[in-house]
Amino acid sequence: MGARVITVTSGKGGVGKTTATANLAVALATLNKKVVCIDADIGLRNLDVVMGLENRIVYDLVDVVEGRCKLRQAMVKDKRVADLYLLPAAQTRDKTAVSPQDMILLTNQLREDYDYILIDSPAGIEWGFRNAVAPADEVIVITNPEVSAVRDADRIIGLIEAEERKVPASLVINRVKPDMVRKGDMLSVDDVLEILSVRLLGVIPEDEHILISSNRGAPLALDHEKSAAGDAFRNIARRLTGEKVPLLDLQQKGGVLRRLARMFGAAEPNA
Amino acid sequence: MASFLERLIGRREPSSAVSARERLKLVLVTDRSDLSPEKLEQMQAEIIQVIKSYLQIEETHVNIKLEHRERKTYLVADIPLVRDHAQKAAEVLETSPPEESREEVAAASDTKPKRPSSPSRPRKP
Repeated sequence: MGARVITVTSGKGGVGKTTATANLAVALATLNKKVVCIDADIGLRNLDVVMGLENRIVYDLVDVVEGRCKLRQAMVKDKRVADLYLLPAAQTRDKTAVSPQDMILLTNQLREDYDYILIDSPAGIEWGFRNAVAPADEVIVITNPEVSAVRDADRIIGLIEAEERKVPASLVINRVKPDMVRKGDMLSVDDVLEILSVRLLGVIPEDEHILISSNRGAPLALDHEKSAAGDAFRNIARRLTGEKVPLLDLQQKGGVLRRLARMFGAAEPNA
Repeated sequence: MASFLERLIGRREPSSAVSARERLKLVLVTDRSDLSPEKLEQMQAEIIQVIKSYLQIEETHVNIKLEHRERKTYLVADIPLVRDHAQKAAEVLETSPPEESREEVAAASDTKPKRPSSPSRPRKP
């Protein structure tokens, strides 16, 4: 049995794959799960800096694949949480240094000892994406409520559906701004779901704490102070463990009256 | 719904989210089927030619489009028949005459889910 391998991908770059991987890994680890996250973005590694582990890297994924070190030697332990490890990508190589088969062998070595293996996929649909998806038991597609990101998510979901090996995909919509959605200037969660017809795993509101946490190299999910995005990531982690957690209500401020007023063209009080 | 009402009460432009949704739907039809709007138009012209040799149709009101529902693409054709002819055709076929002169022909492309994905069909990035 062993670990579930979950690949986080998106097609488009910059939608929040790495942030999501780091936060979900931390959130799962704080739920007492044994977690290892793998940065599959060879040549453009970033999971290490987002997690704040960049100064402790000795070996990387390519060193393991090419036999220069043992798998355990390359894994960086996160000291802030029990049982959280990072397997960093190589920075000076390109994606062809690793094959999909290598990724399957590598994750198989880890499955016995962990509960979750999260793989941070590179952007795009080429080699790196293939590597990241090859060992996946399931795929989380990250998108933003904007046309380019949704279009690319559609493409990625199509590619995953076309795989012979049926891998379930679910969607996380990141950087949602409830105020803009209310004004009709941002695609809503329902709009995105209608277009992509895929299972929704979670919604992350836009939150400036995300930038602050990556400045510090301390994923938001580590911090138990209240932050909307941190809560959303923790909720997704709980959903991954099988718990039923309702979606955050991002529309709290929009009561029925206000919505009616809007429908009939009244100006938004703070528009 | 809100946006529909807004348009009804004369808001000049649809909201940008509505534009985003409509534009996405259109571009995804092309992405998913690998059929450009020009090709679709060409196909429509050919389909009309075929049907015309069997039925009299209101050519200017033909509407053939790709629609996406639940991660499947459908080719949906709305082809109105000329009323008299529909009646005559019905008599010839010895079926009850259609109540409406418009008939909707919906062909589900189940056999070809039309996801732009197979590696044998390389696509532009």
